[in-house]
Amino acid sequence: MTSNASPSGAPRSLFQKVWDAHRVRELPSGQTQLLIGTHLIHEVTSPQAFAMLRELGLPVRFPARTFATVDHIIPTDDQSRPLADDLAEAMMSELERNCRDYGIQFFGPETGAQGIVHVIGPELGLTQPGMTIACGDSHTSTHGAFGAIAFGIGTSQVRDVLASQCIAIAPLKVRRIEVTGKLAPGVYAKDVILAIIRRLGVNGGVGHAYEYAGPVIDAMSMEERMTVCNMSIEGGARCGYVNPDRTTVEYLRGRRYTPDDAGFEAKAKAWLALASDPGTVYDDVVRIDGSKIEPSITWGIHPGHNLGVSESIPTPNGVPDDERAGVEEALEYMDFAAGASIEGTPIDVAFIGSCTNGRISDLREAAKVAKTGHVKAGVRALVVPGSMAVREQAEKEGLHEIFRAAGFEWREPGCSMCLAMNPDKLKGREVCASSSNRNFKGRQGSPSGRTLLMSPAMVAAAAIAGKVVDVRKLS
Amino acid sequence: MSPNKNDEVLVRIAEIEGSACVLRGDDVDTDRIIPARFMKVVTFDDMGRHAFEDARKAAKGKHPLDDPRYSGAEILVVGNNFGCGSSREHAPQALMRFGFKAFVGGSFAEIFAGNCTSLGLPCVTLPADALAKLMDAVELDPQQRVRIDLVARTIRSRAGVMPAGIPDGVRMQLTEGTWDATRVLLDAGDAIERTAATIPYF
Repeated sequence: MTSNASPSGAPRSLFQKVWDAHRVRELPSGQTQLLIGTHLIHEVTSPQAFAMLRELGLPVRFPARTFATVDHIIPTDDQSRPLADDLAEAMMSELERNCRDYGIQFFGPETGAQGIVHVIGPELGLTQPGMTIACGDSHTSTHGAFGAIAFGIGTSQVRDVLASQCIAIAPLKVRRIEVTGKLAPGVYAKDVILAIIRRLGVNGGVGHAYEYAGPVIDAMSMEERMTVCNMSIEGGARCGYVNPDRTTVEYLRGRRYTPDDAGFEAKAKAWLALASDPGTVYDDVVRIDGSKIEPSITWGIHPGHNLGVSESIPTPNGVPDDERAGVEEALEYMDFAAGASIEGTPIDVAFIGSCTNGRISDLREAAKVAKTGHVKAGVRALVVPGSMAVREQAEKEGLHEIFRAAGFEWREPGCSMCLAMNPDKLKGREVCASSSNRNFKGRQGSPSGRTLLMSPAMVAAAAIAGKVVDVRKLS
Repeated sequence: MSPNKNDEVLVRIAEIEGSACVLRGDDVDTDRIIPARFMKVVTFDDMGRHAFEDARKAAKGKHPLDDPRYSGAEILVVGNNFGCGSSREHAPQALMRFGFKAFVGGSFAEIFAGNCTSLGLPCVTLPADALAKLMDAVELDPQQRVRIDLVARTIRSRAGVMPAGIPDGVRMQLTEGTWDATRVLLDAGDAIERTAATIPYF
């Protein structure tokens, strides 16, 4: 971890350094047995893993390296116990029991630190450069913003990590994605990652770790970098990361799980040394001109179906042969006219939140827009902070008053309408302007519901106008 | 739930033979395979009956999983990037409990494919032209036997014998019965603690 040089002295990427440090052994299958430094769990994908562990009669190998919270099923209106939904209550109780039985730290609502797992990890300083992190959730890639290598895993692998603190995983290629230039006003991290996915495709990242770099990424705050890394999975990549720099170090200073003053500077020096070495040879390098990125918005049924707000919805004849069937299916589901402008599309619901865009900086940007007007009559607008800490900070800044005055509902933290496992759901064919990460068919809780992904500022603007608008025109 | 329980016999998976079902379309995500509201349970027991539930309701009985011609199919033939999106193991669990034992497609999302391996469900790939031929052949004659041979890396059907893709490591895990990784990982013994001791933050 502290050495920059590989045994051969060749320059290494951060990915390779972290991988090498955590390699336990090579397996006969050609996969690597990789030690997982930090394991995060939540109520949806862990109960079956604990059941398997009990069935196998195995202990948790390193209970101090697993941390739990509750986020997917928790209601955002009334979180008092028992939860109104019996099924949700059963899941939460099961998580509490498992944490108790195995001695795992649980950040439940009573701790004041509850929130979406990918929001609280960084907030608490549990997420640090050079770590390997795993969680039974695909958006674990978020933690890569800190120069950690973070994998979303399935429940059988959650069992493996609990039992052995390891996963079996094949080595990945590393693609460096350089975002050059400077973002225009009104263009956010969300627009950057949507533009990257549009360019490289929803399966373009298969077999790869994405290293995000270049002046646009360098200029981003940690929260913006988290938004970019969060949606690596939507581009098909196994993980995504940003090399640690002073921005990373300053974010981590003084967090609950980072070292105190005396040890911090030494730690920071080691973190910075983890960045990819000059001269690192990548499997692939892609450059994207950040100054040309517009506020982006999805029109279809996967995150690759996105365009700049000034563009028109594609026509089946205007796309390559292998995309035609997908475009036709998307147009039919969305009931949008091919060739129509996306700007002006009416919306029914606005959702600001999620592990992609539920952090304090997201709420600040949305609140700036909310100040300019009032939610359009007939539009239901929700603001769901990513964590209790985000909620508290927002209330300290008075953001909740701005949102309420503008007609937004101010909620308790959780995953909420990103995947609608709690009572926050679309109804029927509703169209939702959403700051979340997936516009899949039925994703937001109604089998025929429709999702338009965009930045939190664009969602707030759409809530006020009652339709998709270009947030740049407001200023 | 775990075939390797107590070091019992390893389950080797070298070939799968059965009838197939064709599900056309690319980028079929795991929310579609198992909508999130059905995951509000602490076991996988009920997943099978909710497989593709919303898509099947929307298709009003015309979904391939409801097509009587495909009844009893054990191999699901799919398009590109199948299983993208959420890491939920509930998706392969649902398809396994519905009755599928293997998947043939253009490509698979990585976490989905990894979850399938953990459950002993092979995901094998075919080039576009071969996949199109296999889909056509199965749709024409759904009763035919399709045979996936992981040792020979072939798929045999009325469309002929086609070379099939599967990563070497996954193929070895399946054919040697080490696909349920817990035991394999625990076999490292103290090497886990030794590695942990070199990690400053651990």
